[in-house]
Amino acid sequence: MEKVVTGNYAVSWGARLSRVQVIAAYPITPQTSIIELLANFCADGELDARFIKVESEHSAMAACIGASASGVRAFTATSGQGLLLMHELIHWAAGARLPIVMGTVNRAVGPGWSVWTEQNDTLSQRDTGWLQYYCEANQEVLDTVIQAYKVAERVLLPVMVILDAFVLSHTSEAVDIPDQDKVDSFLPPYRPELKLDINDPHAFGAIVTPEHYMEMRYKMQKAMEEAVSVAQEVDEEFGEAFGRRYGLVEPYHLEGAEVALVTSGTVTSTSREVIDELREQGVKVGLLKVRLFRPFPAAAVRQALAGIPKIAVIDRNISFGHSGIFAQEVKSALYNLDGAYRPPIFGFISGLGGRDVTPEPIKEVINTTLAKDAPPEEIIWIGVKK
Amino acid sequence: MNQVATIPSTKNFVIPEEELTYSGSVSCPGCGGALAMRYALKALGDRTIVVIPACCWSIIAGPFPYSSLKVPIYHTAFETAASLSSGVRAALDVQGDTETTVLAWAGDGGTFDIGFQALSGAVERNDDFIYTCYDNEAYMNTGIQRSSATPWMAWTTTTPVEHPKDEPKKDMVAIMAAHSIPYTATATLAYPEDFIAKFKKAKSIRGAKFIHVLSPCPPGWKAEASDSIKLTRLAVQSKIFPLYEIENGEKYTITVWPKKFVPVGEYLKLQGRFRHLTAENIQAIQERVDREWEKLVRKAEAREV
Repeated sequence: MEKVVTGNYAVSWGARLSRVQVIAAYPITPQTSIIELLANFCADGELDARFIKVESEHSAMAACIGASASGVRAFTATSGQGLLLMHELIHWAAGARLPIVMGTVNRAVGPGWSVWTEQNDTLSQRDTGWLQYYCEANQEVLDTVIQAYKVAERVLLPVMVILDAFVLSHTSEAVDIPDQDKVDSFLPPYRPELKLDINDPHAFGAIVTPEHYMEMRYKMQKAMEEAVSVAQEVDEEFGEAFGRRYGLVEPYHLEGAEVALVTSGTVTSTSREVIDELREQGVKVGLLKVRLFRPFPAAAVRQALAGIPKIAVIDRNISFGHSGIFAQEVKSALYNLDGAYRPPIFGFISGLGGRDVTPEPIKEVINTTLAKDAPPEEIIWIGVKK
Repeated sequence: MNQVATIPSTKNFVIPEEELTYSGSVSCPGCGGALAMRYALKALGDRTIVVIPACCWSIIAGPFPYSSLKVPIYHTAFETAASLSSGVRAALDVQGDTETTVLAWAGDGGTFDIGFQALSGAVERNDDFIYTCYDNEAYMNTGIQRSSATPWMAWTTTTPVEHPKDEPKKDMVAIMAAHSIPYTATATLAYPEDFIAKFKKAKSIRGAKFIHVLSPCPPGWKAEASDSIKLTRLAVQSKIFPLYEIENGEKYTITVWPKKFVPVGEYLKLQGRFRHLTAENIQAIQERVDREWEKLVRKAEAREV
């Protein structure tokens, strides 16, 4: 069935079709409509789930941890400040190896108050052990929620499905809502090997001496490494079942490109338009969309960018004191291997705090990269009033 | 009105023999919290899941891969005993298990202070679990720092005798009762029949239950390990820690009316944390305790009118 829905409602539908059993959530702009629709689904009996209306995001994640540890599929959603309040429990969920999925709307962090899109909230959670998917369109959002549970439950790590504030969260698009039966055969019920069980008592999360802690973290990293191929497989299976697939990264017109843009989120959609236009004018430019950010699909990035003379990364985020975070990730993926192909990588920062990234700044990124042999500075700011 | 119908008579009362705690935990000698868990699980039985935030019990429960309990334990972050328990409850319910008891087991820091918001949220939602605060009246696991459960004038490492705690102990039971939850109670170790009856009663009630357990900490109170039970008896006899319960936030019942009352000094003098108190300080404590007791008695009488 096709419906015109916002990005937020696409998240809600993804959770509903995944038959989540416990939802614990707290409202925050611009996430709120995700949980409002889920509350309605629960109230109407269309979704057989318990919705815990917690008093904070911190409690939302704690409740999801308790629910997931008790053997059910748990879901929450948040954004910006709420995500930051959760941070301690974000680590806890991953360390506890619980396959929680969270719809996460990118929102710039205060002060000053901002409700508009920027990636610093989610990228601050980069090192917690959560998988992160950055989505470009509402269909992808819905499909990725369903994929996320399948991946999470195989590797036993939680997943954030991330979308831009307003540009996706509150923008309506036509979305195919898959049949429940098809989703059920793609995503069977969650049956964990271990859970809180009075017939098989265990102590979870007890104090760990240096004798064992490091091994637990080693296993998390191994699970993350495995998650790259699992995410790939699940995306392929999804493609077979539903006729749509997204890849971990997606190359767009990279053939013969002199410059490859690297983008994430909705900047990708706008960049596609720019590339179509410039290609028609004979400008050799393409793009690589990074959809899966954690684990970072380094091999796929290397393969896609191999032989392209110059790379331009657009970051809607900043690591203060260093540079844009996707730029760092691309560099580390390309530069470290023996005999690696090491093109100049231009790092651009644009669109912070929800400033629109229209075709003009994207063209400026491309033109700047075409005009120079190497980046003139570590960060090239686009559109900033200095 | 003194003794109360809802709590069984001590005559013929048998403490369950079943042990759901293993012997040989790493609690300190005379630890009230360790004994409290033993009694609580005797009352609740093996169909119980225990949620433990950061507190002394994070240690007492044993390091990975051990456990000092025979029932499942979920260890969680300091401020999340209540919110995590809400999630466990919801998951059990949605799987059709409404019988298993969820027991959140937190210290006073995790209850009165850092976990206060999550606790208020969970009980306001009337989520169906038993929240127990084993209250040793300071941050004992980190080495005796003041909490909002620390009594007025007590020494801790952050309230040295030159500047002891200026504020009275937060009245957590009143705060819980103000949420109008089905069941709120106090309990302590010298009265195991009362203790076990209250946990059994809490188990039989659906919705949010809060039980406040006074739990001596010999190192933190600067008391003899062998005095722990005596201290809890004196706390009740001196009216510092009355044993009572509150149903639906309004029906107050004093469950143990001491056969004899003792001056607060009898309780205070066994604890080095109060050694610096002057006669005037002790008199002020006595007056406050008497006043609070009268208020409690009036509430208990009021409900019988």
